Amino acid sequence: MDKLKQLAKELLSNNQVQIIVGYEEGTVGKARPAFISSPDQADTLIYDERCIHNLAVYLTQHKLPGNTKIAVIASFPVMKSIITLASEKQLDENFIKVIGISKDNNIIEFKDFADIERYINQQDLSFTPEEQALIDKIDAMSMEERWEYWQNEFSRCFKCYACRSACPMCYCTLCITDFNQPQWVSVPSHKLGNFEWHINRAMHLAGRCIGCDECSRACPLDLPINLLTKKLSMDIQKQFGYSAGQSLTEPYALSTYKPDDKETFIR
Amino acid sequence: MNEFEPKVVAFVCNWCTYAGADLTGTSRIKYAPNVKIIRFPCTGRIDFMLILKAFAKGADGIIISGCHPNDCHYTSGNFHAKRRWMVFRTMLDFLGVDVNRITFSWVSAAEGARWAEIVNTTVDGIKKLGPYDNYRKMVNEETEVNNG
Amino acid sequence: MATENYKLLKKESLPALFDKLTASGKTIYAPVKNGEKTEFDVVTKYSNDINDEYIQTVQSLKGTVFPKVEKLFDYKSDKTDTSIQEPDFSKFPQNVLWGLHPCDAAAFRPLDATFRWDYDDKYFLTRMKLTTVVGLSCSKHDDYCFCTSVDISPASSDGSDIMLTKNKAGDYLVEIVTEKGQEVYDMAKELFGEISDDKESYITDVPKKFDLNELNKNLDGSFEAPYWLAQSMRCIGCGACAYVCPTCTCFDLQDEGAANKGSRIKCWDSCGFGHFTLHTSGHNPRETQSQRWRQRILHKFSYMPDRIKVFGCMGCGRCSRACPVDMNISENLIKIMEEPKNE
Repeated sequence: MDKLKQLAKELLSNNQVQIIVGYEEGTVGKARPAFISSPDQADTLIYDERCIHNLAVYLTQHKLPGNTKIAVIASFPVMKSIITLASEKQLDENFIKVIGISKDNNIIEFKDFADIERYINQQDLSFTPEEQALIDKIDAMSMEERWEYWQNEFSRCFKCYACRSACPMCYCTLCITDFNQPQWVSVPSHKLGNFEWHINRAMHLAGRCIGCDECSRACPLDLPINLLTKKLSMDIQKQFGYSAGQSLTEPYALSTYKPDDKETFIR
Repeated sequence: MNEFEPKVVAFVCNWCTYAGADLTGTSRIKYAPNVKIIRFPCTGRIDFMLILKAFAKGADGIIISGCHPNDCHYTSGNFHAKRRWMVFRTMLDFLGVDVNRITFSWVSAAEGARWAEIVNTTVDGIKKLGPYDNYRKMVNEETEVNNG
Repeated sequence: MATENYKLLKKESLPALFDKLTASGKTIYAPVKNGEKTEFDVVTKYSNDINDEYIQTVQSLKGTVFPKVEKLFDYKSDKTDTSIQEPDFSKFPQNVLWGLHPCDAAAFRPLDATFRWDYDDKYFLTRMKLTTVVGLSCSKHDDYCFCTSVDISPASSDGSDIMLTKNKAGDYLVEIVTEKGQEVYDMAKELFGEISDDKESYITDVPKKFDLNELNKNLDGSFEAPYWLAQSMRCIGCGACAYVCPTCTCFDLQDEGAANKGSRIKCWDSCGFGHFTLHTSGHNPRETQSQRWRQRILHKFSYMPDRIKVFGCMGCGRCSRACPVDMNISENLIKIMEEPKNE
């Protein structure tokens, strides 16, 4: 990835951007997010199969100083996250340069967000058979089995909120779970509190989730909570033809409606 | 006489179903007394958390009802609600929540008899399903959770 | 190393010992293999899934004395008459924590010091009193382990009531450390033998990464140091590090129920959360993640030794393993010692 380092150096020395969000060598063989602000640091940048963190999460954290131009190294999920965030008016195109990396590890310099949108729509956007199989496995259970399965999984949760923190779409300054007047979500991590939290997380990400699986990867207890949002993404695609991270202009599925939306359960 | 009497909470919109339920009363139509009606400005206002809170506080069944499509007082509140219920129902079903305990319906201000019918069939349905023990068990879990 | 005299617990005797413990009303927590991972779980009898060669679990056993959710009392209010119902302390579980590594056993020290610092937390102290810790020397370690840097050795018996070291034959060399340990021994005397062996030869060698007291001195005057921001840029502000930590004690009190009836619940919290220090006024004294990261480090390595005379880190490395963005604590501590405090 010498080309990436070269590009990073150029961008920083021409002052086209002030910070590059990318990856560096971490500890114990891991890669990790890195923030590069001078050309001589650019040599620490890496990109390989270990670089799986969704870096879009840093674009909305308001941690980066204001009025700085940021370049972000964008794998495919990061590109989709950026499109979703942009469609929700969370990102200013003038301050973000996206350095895309294709599946075969080539650098794509995007001119603007519309350019990313075009690129995304040229790719295969369908759910993988592996993803489908994970969902099918739970769908095939009886109602009681599903209840038991999720009760078991949720009972392990201790509410560290790594799932929320790692998710680029969870950018609310006041999350519903921190809201205490009224106290919507029971705070303690007992079964009810965990159940309410995970439903809220999934519902607030319903159809907005771009499927990077960062939530369950970040989870120290390996809870398969990515399946909740994945299930809803599939459902929303099927019912309303909407998929997150693919369009800058199409209205979000739950912010709009069609009079002829088909359901089978309303009497 | 120890028949199980379910607690049913109805979340209804002010303009159609609430008025419809009023008509049921003024028409002197008898219906199951198990239902507690909560009036909302519009079905679009009924957050999914309200449903969960009702279950957590002891409801065995839930009715959500508002204006028929195209009749919404605010033009599109019920259409938005419909989409939300379509998604939320999927979510609940995926988590193993018994979606048969939730009745969704459109009841207009003129449909007093229909409201009685909706409540009666819902209450009958819940009587067959029994108390919502699974949810109770989750709520009443001993809070001294140890690690592991 | 010199040979010493130990009690001997043969591998074959373990099922009988576990049965005895269970029969005497003890709840046993043991490291149980589950696929690739090993996690502590409640067991009623000995099984081959109990792993005595694990490196470290994701979660510590902190939850057995400081549960993630603990009801403190129920309250009832009837107009002018308010009553409080505390739990029955005599019914708290008698736990035997089997096979903790020395870092985890030692972790009960800072917990204990915190929960009796200016107020005796009887929930914690009762649970602690009913807990017997059976430590297990480490035969393996990984690159996250740094117990030797925080003055704990992979063989130290500090914090354990009984200390086990697995020898080549797969049997345990047993040290009875405390009276509680003696009670367990007395209960099952016939299962123990005698042996002379060299414990040190079975123990892994964890390299020392830094000097604890030097670090502590170095942190003086570091409040405004530039490295806090640099180190915490990656931090996404979750509480994974605090929740897997065996010594983190932050908690939140929540009242659940209604005004006339309900319960007060103590539950885990983390200084890494943005809202942890948020005042009602809207002011937040620790507004940024770098301030919260600084708090985490200073609390463990400066405030705790200053105030309760015990460091808040046992070198188990759990936080570094659990961190989704590789905030490796020992790496950062080393950097703190190397980097200048002033710009």
